[in-house]
Amino acid sequence: MSTSAITPVPLGRRLKRFMADRPLVPLIILLVILVVILQILRPGIVNERWIANTIKFAIPLAILAGCQTMTMLTGGIDLSVGTVATMSAFIMATQIVSQDPAVAFLLAMMPAVLIGLVNGIGVGVFRVHPLIMTLGTSLIGTGCLQVYQRTVIASGAKIPDFLAWLGTGVTYGFPNALLLFVPLAALIVFTLARTGFGRLLYAVGDNERATRLSGVQYWQVITALYVTSSMLAGITGLLYIGLIKAPSLSLAEPLVLPSVAAAVIGGTSIFGGRGGYTGTIIGALILTVLTTLLTILQMPEGARRILFGLIVLFVTAAYLRIVEER
Amino acid sequence: MNHFLRRQGWVSGLFALLIVLFIVTKLIQPGYGSGDFGSLARAVLPYAFAVAAQTVVVIAGGIDLSVAAMMALTSVTAASMMAGASEEYALFVVPFVLAMGFVLGALNGLLIVVTRVPDIVVTLAMLFVLQGAALLVLGAPGGAAAEWLKAMISGTVPIPGLPDAIDAWLPKALLVLIVCLCVIWVPLRRSRLGLSIYAIGSSELAAFRSGVPVARTRIIAYALSGLFAAMGGLALTMSTGIGAPIPGPYLLASVAAVVLGGVALGGGKGGLLGPIVAVFVLRLVRTDLTLLAIDPNVTAIIEGLIMVAVVMFGAFITMRGRQ
Repeated sequence: MSTSAITPVPLGRRLKRFMADRPLVPLIILLVILVVILQILRPGIVNERWIANTIKFAIPLAILAGCQTMTMLTGGIDLSVGTVATMSAFIMATQIVSQDPAVAFLLAMMPAVLIGLVNGIGVGVFRVHPLIMTLGTSLIGTGCLQVYQRTVIASGAKIPDFLAWLGTGVTYGFPNALLLFVPLAALIVFTLARTGFGRLLYAVGDNERATRLSGVQYWQVITALYVTSSMLAGITGLLYIGLIKAPSLSLAEPLVLPSVAAAVIGGTSIFGGRGGYTGTIIGALILTVLTTLLTILQMPEGARRILFGLIVLFVTAAYLRIVEER
Repeated sequence: MNHFLRRQGWVSGLFALLIVLFIVTKLIQPGYGSGDFGSLARAVLPYAFAVAAQTVVVIAGGIDLSVAAMMALTSVTAASMMAGASEEYALFVVPFVLAMGFVLGALNGLLIVVTRVPDIVVTLAMLFVLQGAALLVLGAPGGAAAEWLKAMISGTVPIPGLPDAIDAWLPKALLVLIVCLCVIWVPLRRSRLGLSIYAIGSSELAAFRSGVPVARTRIIAYALSGLFAAMGGLALTMSTGIGAPIPGPYLLASVAAVVLGGVALGGGKGGLLGPIVAVFVLRLVRTDLTLLAIDPNVTAIIEGLIMVAVVMFGAFITMRGRQ
């Protein structure tokens, strides 16, 4: 009986295996480290109000990143979310002036459904590359929005009180936006993990051919997926306009690339078949805290962007290393 | 001839479309002449280089989201170096900026190979980095360009022995474009390296097993993309006389033209000619819409529709061909 057989695995290896089995752990550690750095740099900044604020700004990013997560699971990507969110926000803000809130809401969600449907048909039926398809529809959407802006320029815009309450309000230290986000996130996590539709998304991303041969109607799955993604983006737009309170034609555009980054940092593979929404939420939180951190350092805008890019790259690379240890 | 047409079917179709568009333009605006063609060529120049940059990478099976940011960075670098400097100094600036693009592009490729992070994410991160660097170099649009550089793309090429009427249809910008692209692309296409780029785009595993140095080829493909993007940046500075740190709409346009030009996203197929013709088509459509006095915002919608329709059509054709 040799003693080498029961030699304990070195601690470092064990730690690595532990992290690889629970990919969320390193992400949470990173998030905590970032918050600690923030606290050291600016003692006292991390308080109840700051946390509420961070969560408020992370939520729109997290929902958009949810769109990216779901589409990435099938090996796609949805770059039209920024335009869709902007459209729904802008239409809501301008239609509420003359319309009933319910009608304005329906009008605001209409382009979202439409763009999602076109995306889905293009990707699912015509097999266009999702990157191109969603870029194209976002181009069309932006154009339509600009034309639309001309027609409402006289009537002005206003932010509905309800959306402002939802976007910026804080009740007992909890941002009201959580009322929307928690059920939504729970629904996404549940759909991905427990329902047939969620399993189909993973299956399509993992091996499309095998999925089709086992009788799955590929185009139906993809169309449903892109419509869902677009509607989520539309809801995000409504939430975001309540937060920013200034309708513009490029409102949610700056969130698109960070939403992709959040999903990737959260461990969703851009090639499909692997990932989940919980990681994405933490990814969105990490990016939001990171932005605060870079703002506090009072660096010039250019240096901030450089650091942002480098950190996103570094985190993704390190994360891939850890997860792929298995 | 038949064989040629079948192989170059997509590109010939594009050429036909371009000619039709020229005829349409002439019908809309009977006065459309050589001067307008010259300004079309000048407007196409930065787009064409952006598209060339994207094409090389897409053929190698990747994608480069940092093209527009790279152009912004190289443009502001060139403009700020040439501001207040002598005309001769620009002779040093041009190769410096081109080398910068090449090195930064190679860095893109190196990061993809070393970190094993998907190319889309690496170039996305680089987009932020390059954008930030451009803002550090020049906080607001400014700088200057040497006179001889500006003169290089304005006016026409005087060829002795040719009547002025034909001469007028040869804008210098077009010549610059053709020369710059050919100097790099033609030797590349005929070389072992060019073949390797197509090979890794077609099937990385097969390329690796047949002894193609996959990592090195990928890095060089991105480096070439950076070089083309630097040319695009220089073209921007040449045509505007300044440098602007905010990236233009070149990323979207480059991806659109690449797909329209018959280069398959996924790699291994297509050439440089198709995408370049596609850029001319896209710009000419825009000119036509302007000539028809259509609202520029509607123009954006129509451009998007054309792009989506063409891509759907292309995908449909390939699907039919496969069955």
